[in-house]
Amino acid sequence: MKTIATKAAIGQSVIAFSPHSAFKFALFALGLGVAAMVGAQPKDSTEAEIEKYRQMLQDGNPAELVSLKGEGLWKKKQGPKQASLELCDLGLGPGIVKGANAQLPRYFADGDAVMDLETRIVHCMVTIQGLDRNKVTARPYSGAGQSATDMEALVAYVVEESRGMKINVPQQHAKEREAFARGEKIFYFRGGPYDFSCASCHAVDNQRIRLQGLPNLTKTEPAQKAFASWPAYRVSQGALRTMQWRIYDCFRQQRFPELKYLSPASVDLITYLGARANGGVMETPAIKR
Amino acid sequence: MKTMTKAAKWTLIPIRAISRLKQRESRAFGLRSLALAGLTIGLLSSCTLLDSKPTNEQITQLMKQSFAERGDAKLDRLDQSELQRVCSDYTGKEVPKAVKEKLEQAALASVRYPTDGKYLGDFKSGERIAQSGVGLQFSDAKGTVAGGNCYACHQISKQELAYGNIGPTLYNYGKLRGDSEAILKYTWARIYNAHAFNACNSMPRFGAAGILTEAQMKDVMALLLDPKSPVNQ
Repeated sequence: MKTIATKAAIGQSVIAFSPHSAFKFALFALGLGVAAMVGAQPKDSTEAEIEKYRQMLQDGNPAELVSLKGEGLWKKKQGPKQASLELCDLGLGPGIVKGANAQLPRYFADGDAVMDLETRIVHCMVTIQGLDRNKVTARPYSGAGQSATDMEALVAYVVEESRGMKINVPQQHAKEREAFARGEKIFYFRGGPYDFSCASCHAVDNQRIRLQGLPNLTKTEPAQKAFASWPAYRVSQGALRTMQWRIYDCFRQQRFPELKYLSPASVDLITYLGARANGGVMETPAIKR
Repeated sequence: MKTMTKAAKWTLIPIRAISRLKQRESRAFGLRSLALAGLTIGLLSSCTLLDSKPTNEQITQLMKQSFAERGDAKLDRLDQSELQRVCSDYTGKEVPKAVKEKLEQAALASVRYPTDGKYLGDFKSGERIAQSGVGLQFSDAKGTVAGGNCYACHQISKQELAYGNIGPTLYNYGKLRGDSEAILKYTWARIYNAHAFNACNSMPRFGAAGILTEAQMKDVMALLLDPKSPVNQ
């Protein structure tokens, strides 16, 4: 019997249960226990046991540690301009972090573009701190067993400040609506050797890949719940995963080429998913299997 | 609703499918190009419903800017085939009958049956292929042999509980249908290019897209149809 995490992955991605923290190891053991129970149960109780496992995960979220690191980074004077990101305008005015991510992506006049959270953080690092764009985006995601990257830490901090806030991704500006329209087309874009689009897995109720439930993102309530729970700490990978990563990894499983970090298609898709989720309540950073 | 339709199609003896297989033998291969020409005309008339949205060409260009080649995953994966483009546009909507039939004919014409006339390989190897989800991802090492990942979407043997439900159950597939030549050919074609029977369904074209080799397909066929396979116990 393999672990739930392994079985759930469509592409059987490398699962890193790095035993460097006792906490993670305990969760791992818990996962195995649940997986063992699953083996002996019929289908309905299988799902009940997985739900129990998800509930148990809620007890402690290691994302809090990542977010603490992020808060430190946010407030630290860095780069050639020796400035902190406290001057960064995430859409609600310079220095306002509270609730900002619940209203992203959005149009920013200073860049004349729609930006998602990660694009905006990079924009601020470049313009306010004078950092090199290529350097700060070279390695956005942590690998197996590595500690969080600066980007993951900053994201964890900002999204925690939107926890409990209502999702309100704006669609007033023409460029916001254009991004939404392109994002919608990308959601339905079938391509690659498997002919998959996002909709191949996310347009029908009550579907699963292996044991992993797939939210129907064409319906308001599941679309809200899904958007509200990313970024998230992924227990099976021992890492905080950002929204850009979530999209990147979906496309990997779709057998597309490698999605570029902060690419226009990624921002459009996040805009589409975000605006479709309006009215939901942010639960970020969430914790997942 | 969608799932039920699919399931129903699988459960019934596929009379329509079999008669189409026979038709195909009597028709020439030239049918395929004719079908594509007709499809293009059909598409032109149906494009008006998308006029306020970005064009497919714009989206393809945007996608190509947004992705990078890695390993075997090249940017040409973002060049949509006729089938991919039509099915993208009609996701969640009813595909017009004429368009659908043309796609199905073209899909059926793409099927290459086993050169030696033998359909069934080794069901144990078939089980391993059905379990394996690796292959064709940019993260896969070069030379990774792709699996079929059948369990991601289907119940197959009773022993494996971690199965998905995007496709219908295949448990007892052969026991319920027998192993007549018609069933063998139909099942082969269904795995090779499922759009032959239900255009714009979600299943990858395991043969037509070169995901599985002919030998691998025979092994998966055995998993479904060999009377000794755990699927048919």
